[in-house]
Amino acid sequence: MSSVPKITDPTGTNSAGLDVSKIRSDFPILNREVYGHPLVYFDNAATSQKPKVVLDAIENYYTQANANVHRGVHFLSQLATNEYEGARAVVKKFLNAADTSEIIFTRGATESINLVAQSFGQRFVREGDEIIISTMEHHSNIVPWQLLCERTGAILKVIPINDDGELILEEYEKLLSPRTKIVAVGHVSNALGTVNPVKHIIETAHAHGVPVLLDGAQAAPHLKVDVRDIGCDFYAISSHKMCGPTGFGVLYGKTEWLEQLPPWQGGGDMIATVSFEKTTYNVLPYKFEAGTPHIEGAVGLATAINYLEGIGMDRIAAYEHELLDYATELIGSIRGVRLIGTAREKAAVLSFTVNDVHPHDIGTILDQEGIAVRAGHHCAQPVMTRFGVPGTVRASFAFYNTKEEIDALSSGLERVLEVFS
Amino acid sequence: MADLSELYQQVILDHNRKPRNFRVIENADRKQEGFNPLCGDQLVLYLEFEGDVIKDVAFQGSGCAISKAAASMMTAAVKGKTREEANVLFDEFHRMIKGELDPENLPNHLGRLSIFSGVREFPARVKCASLSWHTLRAALAGSPASVSTE
Repeated sequence: MSSVPKITDPTGTNSAGLDVSKIRSDFPILNREVYGHPLVYFDNAATSQKPKVVLDAIENYYTQANANVHRGVHFLSQLATNEYEGARAVVKKFLNAADTSEIIFTRGATESINLVAQSFGQRFVREGDEIIISTMEHHSNIVPWQLLCERTGAILKVIPINDDGELILEEYEKLLSPRTKIVAVGHVSNALGTVNPVKHIIETAHAHGVPVLLDGAQAAPHLKVDVRDIGCDFYAISSHKMCGPTGFGVLYGKTEWLEQLPPWQGGGDMIATVSFEKTTYNVLPYKFEAGTPHIEGAVGLATAINYLEGIGMDRIAAYEHELLDYATELIGSIRGVRLIGTAREKAAVLSFTVNDVHPHDIGTILDQEGIAVRAGHHCAQPVMTRFGVPGTVRASFAFYNTKEEIDALSSGLERVLEVFS
Repeated sequence: MADLSELYQQVILDHNRKPRNFRVIENADRKQEGFNPLCGDQLVLYLEFEGDVIKDVAFQGSGCAISKAAASMMTAAVKGKTREEANVLFDEFHRMIKGELDPENLPNHLGRLSIFSGVREFPARVKCASLSWHTLRAALAGSPASVSTE
């Protein structure tokens, strides 16, 4: 271990050139202790921590700009509207969408997927039609489609995965048929860390005239996402997984699709005119944003995006990869550890089991050392079934984590082996 | 601060490794499923009665060390007890792991089960220890559906 350079070294010896100790000082919660140990936060795939700039932006919004948006003629209403719409422009640039009207604000990635399942489903999906998802999906990219199938009599087709946790693309190609209406897959798997070959998936679907939705909740915080380069038709992201507040997310949709979809919730802001005879709907993106929105959510996410881009998504990806490689080697070499998810292309997620010790027992023992991991099925039960385990321990890394923290995880696992010797 | 050794005592680890009464009772009088949807722990509890007395009890299932040991020790504790006595044990066990009954200071019938009192320091694990007991109570009450900790 002594040959591993300390990444907090002020000379900056991590290959991505991040000043990690400076970054850590941006996150107030990283200073706290848990049970007398420094907090080691490895549950980033569940939710990320928030830098002070995001907390300050939300406070500043409420102390300086709070009003309802798109309604008032007064000063504050205009200010709030500017902040809210300014956030849309930030997200548009972050995803490289063609236009801000393609950026719909939602309650989270889950709601973004439900929006498409309901609205696209209502317009295009009929009995006997087929929807393709994959074995490695989060429940939020399974259940909305199952609900749609129950409502319409459509059929769910599932792309299988191999023992490394990669999609079996030949099987995917066989599943595409003239009855396929949409393909919905994760960009990055929350349970396995697999980065899917989304460009290939999309090109193949498009060759059949089928649109593709990508669940980007685990991708957007960790790698550069360019929706036009990828070519996806819909892309869902979650604010709280990328340093923003909870309860907020984004649905990107290509204009040509969004224009064809009916509204999914009714209320204020989504209408042009209302009468009891005939109501007409607002233009994009407002057609899909009923009611007073989560304004400070938009302000917080935009601030988080600016913060992440200030560091640089490419550098974040490179540094997190360094952490993943280090953890894979160190944790993977512990006796009894079985890594679940060994794809060639991975984001910084390490899922594993230790002998036959149940993940919850491991989680409790690590917690006593101040180490926060996720233990269980990660809202991806079909993945656990595929690998024949009740659940896994998942350590998911962010750019503010360090190799020293991974060393602490390694020591914690030795403690697990002692207790369950 | 909670003490890990209070939770993972040798007796609990032993019951986890070698759960007692871990089998199926063919033609059981009652068969009850228990499920913890948050963590996926599940068990099936089998009961055989002789009049009002639990003549035999066994379980099968999968779960963490705490849930397996709790189920194992529960079966050992309630075998030969009446329904009423088993319900009293449920009540006392439940209050103990929630920190409402300190077995060292209040009269109780828990005996060896008081080894689970350490669970009260680990709120996230209370459901693990109580899954089998909730399942038992549902079985005794004759509830038709499977029982869930949620």
